[in-house]
Amino acid sequence: MEKSTQITHDHYDAEASKIGMWLFIFTELLLFGVLFIIYAVYRYMNTDAFHLAAEELDRFIGTLNTVLLLISSMTIAMATTALQKKNKKLTLLLSSVTVLLGIVFLVNKYFEWGLKFSHGIWPGSEHMIETMSQGEILFFGLYFIMTGLHALHIIIGLVIIGFAMVGVNKGKVNSNRPSLLENAGLYWHLVDLIWIFLFPLFYLIT
Amino acid sequence: MSEEKHHIVSYKFYVIILLVLLALTFSSVEITSIELGKYTVAGALLFAVVKSYLVLTYFMHLKFDKPYIKIMVGFVFAVFVVTIVITLLDYLYR
Repeated sequence: MEKSTQITHDHYDAEASKIGMWLFIFTELLLFGVLFIIYAVYRYMNTDAFHLAAEELDRFIGTLNTVLLLISSMTIAMATTALQKKNKKLTLLLSSVTVLLGIVFLVNKYFEWGLKFSHGIWPGSEHMIETMSQGEILFFGLYFIMTGLHALHIIIGLVIIGFAMVGVNKGKVNSNRPSLLENAGLYWHLVDLIWIFLFPLFYLIT
Repeated sequence: MSEEKHHIVSYKFYVIILLVLLALTFSSVEITSIELGKYTVAGALLFAVVKSYLVLTYFMHLKFDKPYIKIMVGFVFAVFVVTIVITLLDYLYR
């Protein structure tokens, strides 16, 4: 028994992989959870300033990015279905669409942040310290930290999906061993889940 | 044990879930552009909760997972809700 496992090195356990991924997702949820609690408290203490500061954000870009992430979540979920149906080509196509949408999301974020920077809004900028109230500074501090951390998760998610795609292409990730793609999908949905809450709290509270 | 079959979700079903999610997104944008005062945040968060439920249940396959995974996820969210409620009670009534 022990010998055979040594020879084949086959330690694939789909269920354990899934549990491991969920446990990791829990730590991510609590990481963002703490930031949401900080947001809730500061917002309660600076309600008017938060409303005023949120006017600065572009509702259209926020909505567009929400739509992009939701569609990308669907395509990565569909990629798992395609893999289970043994359709390798479609799996790779759907994963590529997800990656593409993720990149478009980041490009939008780049322009959005760029616009803030050109208005003199970035953490610790002179413009903010001189013209804004404490509450507005807190709003933008949280905005940059939370959307920045989220964007970092998008990048990590793209890398994980990239690894899964290489696995699918080589045949290492297949309908009998779909864990890597499934877990990449779970991570991507987590990123989507966090955005679902970031979007209304930053863009829709004006 | 490793041979147990995965529940395969159809493409069409995912499209339906996406359409519902998009409809909820646009509704939340619409509803927050109306002046509702302090209910704006509550409304927006309600839509977000429904959307996250759909993502967790269908996109993240919780509906087709074994009960213990659902319980674990539920527990983590419960811990978060308790933490945020206690924190806010502290600030609201201090």
